[in-house]
Amino acid sequence: MQSVDWVATSVFVVLFGFITWLGFAAARWRKGDLDQLHEWGLGGRRFGTLVTWFLVGGDLYTAYTFVAVPALAFGAGAVAFFAVPYTIAIYPILFLVFPRIWNVCHKHGYITAGDFVRGRFGNRWLALAITITGIVATMPYIALQLVGIQVVIAGLGISGTGFAADLPLIIAFVILAAFTFSSGLRAPASIAIVKDILIYVTAFAAVILIPIQLGGFGEIFAAVPAAKQILAVPGPHTTGAYGSYATLALGSALALFLYPHSLTGILSASSGHAIRRNAALLPGYSFMLGLLALVGFFAIAAGVGNLPEFAAGFKQFGNNFAVPALFLHSFPPWFVGVAFAAIGIGALVPSAIMSIAAANLYTRNIHREFFAPQMSGRTESQVAKWVSLIVKFGALVFILFVPTQYAIQLQLLGGIWIIQTLPAVLLGAYTRWFNDWALLVGWAVGTFAGTAMAVAAKLTPTYPVAFAGYTFPGYTAFYTLLLNLAVTALLTLVVKALRPRAAVVDATVEADYLA
Amino acid sequence: MTSPEQGTKRRGSLWYLLFVVQVVAVLWPPFYNRVEPSWLGIPFFYWYQLLWVLIGAVLTAIVYFATASRRGGPRS
Repeated sequence: MQSVDWVATSVFVVLFGFITWLGFAAARWRKGDLDQLHEWGLGGRRFGTLVTWFLVGGDLYTAYTFVAVPALAFGAGAVAFFAVPYTIAIYPILFLVFPRIWNVCHKHGYITAGDFVRGRFGNRWLALAITITGIVATMPYIALQLVGIQVVIAGLGISGTGFAADLPLIIAFVILAAFTFSSGLRAPASIAIVKDILIYVTAFAAVILIPIQLGGFGEIFAAVPAAKQILAVPGPHTTGAYGSYATLALGSALALFLYPHSLTGILSASSGHAIRRNAALLPGYSFMLGLLALVGFFAIAAGVGNLPEFAAGFKQFGNNFAVPALFLHSFPPWFVGVAFAAIGIGALVPSAIMSIAAANLYTRNIHREFFAPQMSGRTESQVAKWVSLIVKFGALVFILFVPTQYAIQLQLLGGIWIIQTLPAVLLGAYTRWFNDWALLVGWAVGTFAGTAMAVAAKLTPTYPVAFAGYTFPGYTAFYTLLLNLAVTALLTLVVKALRPRAAVVDATVEADYLA
Repeated sequence: MTSPEQGTKRRGSLWYLLFVVQVVAVLWPPFYNRVEPSWLGIPFFYWYQLLWVLIGAVLTAIVYFATASRRGGPRS
């Protein structure tokens, strides 16, 4: 690998130092009693439209996204652009469903999906299933953020053997853990503003300067093999790449807001209106993500995959090294420092929110529900702070000792698992028609079938469903959600037929969902 | 529920059709899976979908303002 780039590393370290200070200072921002879980874990639900925009943007468009989507374009071509229809499809969901969820959570003091499901359906085991799914799906997601940091640290030329090799990552993580512990959600909210400015500067520099260097988009796409430029047209008797592309986009969109960190970001908004406005404003990030996906093609055109100085990086990180390699190849060292800091800080923001979200889930829906029903608000906040540390430490250990490939595969499975909570959470926001035990069985069937299909597909995201001589390759999460819904609806009908007069438990009323 | 409220509800639902338009426009690859017409050298596949990000944001803003008065909430 190349030697240490001191200019880039200095810029990187200075920017990291700044956000470290900011993370601790954030405790005093819009000051609240951090011994209350909704203050530590939701920032007191006081973030207006603009801060919510930065926070949710920093939360959903993670560093890993900015590394992995161009990497997919670099390796597989047009299919990587599914991220664009995906991010278009999420905003109608955000606009329609989440103000309702925000209202009911605000009214009843819910801070997690588990809280909501517990109140709505009155079934602690269903709430437990939702909670465990959330925590398990979040863990590999945090681990992947660390991969983003690892890639840029390697890009700076910092390497070593044994403990020394991992030291920069461990330092970054100690910083993250410390400011999350002390400031809660206020830390990532304030850092997100810095991170997003850096990311926007980097993205626009990349999509303007690099094409000029490479002789324009015409030249760039001329260097991209024809098979990678658009999707393969499906043959007879199959929906082929079209079906995969559309179901990947739709399934990912349906799954996104079920992730605990998404809900944490949304619930910290100050009103349902702030959420609706963000549904129109957040596409700003989608546009940038689309532009960044094109950066994968720039990397093909620049030929960074064949340059000897980057061979070691590609060997270690695969196509995920395409973006750092392209930046090193195209930008002056000081700007490489800015760009890499954008990616590194971009990993800290979602990691912090994810660990807070997982901690909220454990504290509310496992610890309080099953072990300490009488605990005070102060104890609750303390438990959450320590759990957020444990969660992050677990992710760090995972990434240091387990091959990266496993984290990627677990994150893939996480998407299949988290979408199984859709009937209880998203549909639950609209209707109490489903039976709680039917929801639990539907969740279990979807989870097991999804896991089995993913394993059968050798841990790739799509599964070819064959039916009546036709093949429909599609996103496994999407198919198993349909299965889950069918099972849940059928069992609900059966239960209602058998026990038509059974009482329905529901702590909420329709008015709670309206502003 | 009284009939005027039902009328408002139905008007709100019609605005939500704009969401269906933007989702269908990008989830049906046969609409856009081609290289030509390219723009500034960017194949149609890419600039069409990026354009829909912007159109989607505008449509969402339209739905926001069209339904905001119905909710009686602040507009700005």
